[in-house]
Amino acid sequence: MALPPNPAFTAPHVNDPMVPQPYRIAGRREENYDTFTLELVPLGDEEPHGFRPGQFNMLYLFGIGEVPISISGDPARPELLAHTVRALGTVTTAMKELKVGDVVGLRGPYGSSWPFEALQRQDVIIVAGGIGLAPLRPLIHHLLSERRRYGRLVLLYGARTPGDLLFQKQLAKWDEKTALEVHLTVDRGTVAWRGNVGVVTTLIPRVQFDVSHASAVICGPEIMMRYSALELEKRGMARDQIYVSQERNMKCAVGFCGHCQFGPHFVCKDGPVFPFSLVAPLMKVREV
Amino acid sequence: MALQTLEVSELGEILAALAQRGYRLLAPTIRDGAIVYDEIDSHQDLPIGWTDEQEAGSYRLLRREDEAVFGYVVGPHSWKRYLHPPALTLWRAERSEEQGFTINEERAEADKVAFIGVRACELHAIGIQDRVFLQGEHVDSHYRARRENAFVLAVNCSQAGGTCFCVSMNTGPKVNEGFDLSLTEVLVENRHFFTVEVGSDLGAEVLDEVASREATAAECQEADRSVQNAVEQMGRSLDTEGLKELLYDNLEHPRWLEVADRCLTCGNCTMVCPTCFCTTVEDVTDLGGESAERRRLWDSCFTTEFSYLHVRPRVTISLPLTLSPGGSVRSSSASRYRQWLTHKFGTWFDQFGTSGCVGCGRCITWCPVGIDVVEELNAIRHTPGSGASERGE
Ligand SMILES: Cc1cc2nc3c(=O)[nH]c(=O)nc-3n(C[C@H](O)[C@H](O)[C@H](O)COP(=O)(O)OP(=O)(O)OC[C@H]3O[C@@H](n4cnc5c(N)ncnc54)[C@H](O)[C@@H]3O)c2cc1C
Ligand code: SF4
Ligand code: SF4
Ligand code: FES
Repeated sequence: MALPPNPAFTAPHVNDPMVPQPYRIAGRREENYDTFTLELVPLGDEEPHGFRPGQFNMLYLFGIGEVPISISGDPARPELLAHTVRALGTVTTAMKELKVGDVVGLRGPYGSSWPFEALQRQDVIIVAGGIGLAPLRPLIHHLLSERRRYGRLVLLYGARTPGDLLFQKQLAKWDEKTALEVHLTVDRGTVAWRGNVGVVTTLIPRVQFDVSHASAVICGPEIMMRYSALELEKRGMARDQIYVSQERNMKCAVGFCGHCQFGPHFVCKDGPVFPFSLVAPLMKVREV
Repeated sequence: MALQTLEVSELGEILAALAQRGYRLLAPTIRDGAIVYDEIDSHQDLPIGWTDEQEAGSYRLLRREDEAVFGYVVGPHSWKRYLHPPALTLWRAERSEEQGFTINEERAEADKVAFIGVRACELHAIGIQDRVFLQGEHVDSHYRARRENAFVLAVNCSQAGGTCFCVSMNTGPKVNEGFDLSLTEVLVENRHFFTVEVGSDLGAEVLDEVASREATAAECQEADRSVQNAVEQMGRSLDTEGLKELLYDNLEHPRWLEVADRCLTCGNCTMVCPTCFCTTVEDVTDLGGESAERRRLWDSCFTTEFSYLHVRPRVTISLPLTLSPGGSVRSSSASRYRQWLTHKFGTWFDQFGTSGCVGCGRCITWCPVGIDVVEELNAIRHTPGSGASERGE
């Protein structure tokens, strides 16, 4: 049977959710040898849209393709949408060549966010691996913007080598002001490296927190998230106090393409942030 | 409106009335040894006097002894070919001086199309795709435009196919909602007619243009008997009790490895399935790089690219630099078959509040090696797996 026409929808020029909007690159920063940050502003005169920490956008590069990239900037400043990208494959490598003034397509923001309301009055353990710090940085900004509402804030951050560690100056500044306790580790050190060597999970047994009032947020490779969560559980943290950000192939970000399925969940719309209690059984099964 | 009766000869008039109203007629018709859905000019292009014989991995057209108009079941096509086409341009972009590029949205417009001969299972499948594309937070404007402009002339099945199991899935063989007009074909002794049920105002208007009359009690009875015939002939039956939980509890089951030995991961099952909705996108540019286009194409969870995630080049101790070109989350065929079956009969419930299967049997018929979802589900149900402990840790 024919559907009743929906005037709001059939009106011309109402955007299809798959159509990106043009954004200009207002700032560009080299983070390390393969990672860079792009700050984007809308090309038209529309209001910048706000976002919640942990959400992502689909960025489109003319004629090349579209990829999901987390928003990595301060949620209090949505007029400058920062995205920190690691150049890996076709689209992200081509994005590395973008200069200030260039235009990319953007649609979003999509997905669930870190549960900052639920973190109030809690010690918050932030565990990040590699580029996984990018989607956590907006949360850190947010927690620090209302610092008094939270207990101890600890960042455990691991990368392959010292050169891979992102946002080092900013982290040092936050650490100095003792607003955020930062512990870094690398898989392989260098001669100059004086810090920890080993995977990020090895830092967990040493962190101090009040287990009755503590939560953890984790972002990194799936295996790292799983082992970090297990370590935190060993410290007595309950599964529903732990949150992880899942990654799956994405072609649409709006629930149409099916690529991001993770068991019953669509990572694009139900995630990427999930309570560990919800996904732990699935994370144990291989190739879901 | 009470059930109406239409002589067989009057079907052509209904189609003509639809064409008169500007509808393109999309209907079953024979091409390359199968019944497919394509544009027809008149009722003479329908597969009158043909039937199909279907079994796991096989499909054959046969001549009937009568002149039944709808005396066959579903073929390799489904209406999703039209509502959610295999390839669609989403938008085009042009390079521009001052702002890099501009995007020109493809207007979501659709012709008026009449679907002729939609079966009950297929109407349920359309209802399921409606949930995917229309009833979530985001609406697919292309699907919506096509859906709004479709007229549905449904047909109740009076015989079932060898791989059908709509009765188990509670989706047929009788159409109960979502149609404009619905026909039941009756062929008894020397009578051949349709009873017609009206499902919408538009359906009533169209029927009004044809000389139908109220069906007699005897005709209604014949129509019921005809549908009952399909129920009794149902090729397969599936125990659906607790299927979702069964699958969730058996993510690790030896049967996945066993079926993976036979499965070619060709993806035929997903292509013929009327509810499978997965797509990928493709970006194309002209030679000069001045204009680009984004296309959406049907995709299948049976490919390894489907779940591809880029993996960084790795430095390991044994090999100084292992360039791993990236990897698929579901690289084994067992995990991909599990994804398909678990999605259809399990996770779909959590995602869309319905089964993802309507029991049309297409995936069974068109599997080149005759893998049968009913048999696979039964095998899991009847052999205790190791997976029951998977829910907790
Ligand atoms: C929710 C989410 C947030 C992300 N946030 C960031 C971020 O902040 N910074 C960042 O550098 N990367 C992020 N990624 C990963 C990033 O999307 C991939 O690195 C990127 O898609 C690779 O595309 P490519 O064309 O460069 O690589 P190719 O290897 O050429 O990839 C081909 C295609 O595979 C798909 N694909 C490959 N890897 C991934 C992947 N990891 N995730 C999803 N799809 C993939 C993409 O569709 C891509 O177009 C995020 C991924 C997700 C799902
Ligand atoms: S899973 Fe098979 S039987 Fe079920 S709707 Fe799809 S094609 Fe038909
Ligand atoms: S089940 Fe059959 S149709 Fe489906 S992918 Fe495997 S071989 Fe192909
Ligand atoms: S990315 Fe397409 S459904 Fe989630």
